[in-house]
Amino acid sequence: MNDAAPLLEVEDLVKHFPVKGRGLLQRATQAVQAVDGVSFSVRRGETFSIVGESGCGKSTTARLVTRLLAPTSGTVRLDGKDISTLPERQLRPLRRDVQMIFQDPYSSLNPRHTVGKIVGAPFRLQDVEPEGGRKRAVQELLSLVGLSPEHYNRYPHEFSGGQRQRIGIARTLALKPKLIVADEPVSALDVSIQAQVVNLLEDLQDELGLTYVMIAHDLSVVRHVSDRVAVMYLGKIVEVADRDDLYEHPRHPYTAAMLSAVPVPDTRRRTERERIRLQGDVPSPIDPPPGCRFHTRCWKATEVCRTEEPPLVQIGPAPGHLAACHHPEEK
Amino acid sequence: MSLMTPTSPEASRHTGPYLQVEDLRVHFETDDGTVKSVDGLSFAVEKGKTLGIVGESGSGKSVTSMAVMGLHTSKNARISGSIKVDGQELVGAPIDVVRRLRGQKMAMIFQDPLSAMHPYYTVGNQIVEAYRIHNDVSKKAARAHAIDMLDRVGIPSPRDRVDAYPHQFSGGMRQRAMIAMALSCDPSLLIADEPTTALDVTVQAQILDLIRDLQREFHSAVVIITHDLGVVAELADDIVVMYAGRKAEHGSAEQLFGEPQHPYAWGLLGSMPRFDRPPTERLLPIKGTPPSLINVPEGCAFNPRCEFSSRVPGERCVTDRPEALDAGGGHRVACHLPTAQRRQIWADEIAPRLA
Repeated sequence: MNDAAPLLEVEDLVKHFPVKGRGLLQRATQAVQAVDGVSFSVRRGETFSIVGESGCGKSTTARLVTRLLAPTSGTVRLDGKDISTLPERQLRPLRRDVQMIFQDPYSSLNPRHTVGKIVGAPFRLQDVEPEGGRKRAVQELLSLVGLSPEHYNRYPHEFSGGQRQRIGIARTLALKPKLIVADEPVSALDVSIQAQVVNLLEDLQDELGLTYVMIAHDLSVVRHVSDRVAVMYLGKIVEVADRDDLYEHPRHPYTAAMLSAVPVPDTRRRTERERIRLQGDVPSPIDPPPGCRFHTRCWKATEVCRTEEPPLVQIGPAPGHLAACHHPEEK
Repeated sequence: MSLMTPTSPEASRHTGPYLQVEDLRVHFETDDGTVKSVDGLSFAVEKGKTLGIVGESGSGKSVTSMAVMGLHTSKNARISGSIKVDGQELVGAPIDVVRRLRGQKMAMIFQDPLSAMHPYYTVGNQIVEAYRIHNDVSKKAARAHAIDMLDRVGIPSPRDRVDAYPHQFSGGMRQRAMIAMALSCDPSLLIADEPTTALDVTVQAQILDLIRDLQREFHSAVVIITHDLGVVAELADDIVVMYAGRKAEHGSAEQLFGEPQHPYAWGLLGSMPRFDRPPTERLLPIKGTPPSLINVPEGCAFNPRCEFSSRVPGERCVTDRPEALDAGGGHRVACHLPTAQRRQIWADEIAPRLA
């Protein structure tokens, strides 16, 4: 496979969840438009993050990429191969290449299984016999993520949140996947533990050449770990750019507002900072506003925003900086 | 209708801090041993001021707030020390007395408004109920007051929304409704326990602005409990950093962010990716994990994770528990390192690492 070609290509991905009607037949008349035409690509070895507020469709996107959900339409290509229409029976080989880290280390590990069984599960399910035996492979994985190999026979409840997240990470690494999708991997952890896990994820990436798709809402963590960042709002990507471009020169008003709202641990900033106050709440994804979906909360909205949907296009000098806005910010 | 219900004359008799907590201990007996959730905590908040209590999960910050509100049952919690609200002692006070104060003089905002509000009653009903318990007014007047409160916290078309159920509100609106409920009796002490943790960042900014504006208007004492140093930097005048049920550091926000002196505070700052500074290569986490509250380490509870305990002569970090002593200007630090040496370490070793 050509190394320059992107590892993951997502094109016009759509996922609508039908909502049952109230009538006798409960016909689905409406749909939650969770993901509505999302396109992006992820290069080998990079960390691509998707940020946005709850309900914007970032977790659904993660589940579509890993094929835990089947898309309504659109394509997902991994290494050039379309995986979006694979029937369920043929998904198992895919799981070798794509693995997922979950948010909650308490519910993502089976409490009745030992750590050895949990981390060794991928070997068992995929019928892989690693060199030196499964037990040794599991113990090597445990030390790779900073746990002791002696933890093999213990149960999840004996571990703290951060250690459990390490167990989950060891499990995702078992089959040497090409792509790891991490859905809020550190948001359930305490600050001091969060930093340990973030460092671990970065070390593993350097060591094993992993590619990450990270879903997160903490903009400080995202800035720390990402190479490129996409911002989603109501099922659409509103801006994609290299990390520094996005954080220093946000073009979409929503990105700018979100960045200005992040609290900073420094009292001197209290007075200096200009904060953009957004009005109101995110509209319902069942009936998203016409035109630009952000126009109901945007202070720059004009008539064109209410009627015409802005395309996601290159804006500004930085290559690969795309934004979907009729009146992009200029800085 | 005015929001400021006239306070009774005896309410303003007391002078000094509105909330004064001294040597508070909250212990729970369990089969595995005594959990010392809060173990000798003291702080005070004056009217018009905001105190931030910061700590990680299990540091005792929420247990403290529940103790102040009188929400621990005497069956399993052993509470000692003193909690004075407006000069009135709450530890050991009869349940009725505490109940009368709760809502009237002190109110609480919880983290998760979906579970803190009753799903079966309308938002308006719940505010009316709280208001009428403490004020002898007609249903009609109470309803008008509820609409007024919803309007004040920024709920659009409050006249219609007052009859909506909690599930019909978005997360941010529910949090606003809960703030309206908490403020309905014009309490002088407001405790906010992780008020924005469940909210998105743009909504969080709205709620923090709201709390700040309301405090200015009502001139209340506010205690904000959070794990997010960013949130306290936005709101708090004074900050208490808690670790394993005790105070690690206590000072003004300027002291704490300008020149933090406890190794744990340094560790927290190093663990956070800084949004306001150029990105760094690596985060600098604190090693290890927070201790179990059944088996708190001897001496300084932080010593197994502390980078600097080797610089303290002898084995004091392992044998003596440090008290939060004044390090100048009311900045209290519970650490065996001498103040001058801590200042030196901060200036020479920690601050450059964080920049």
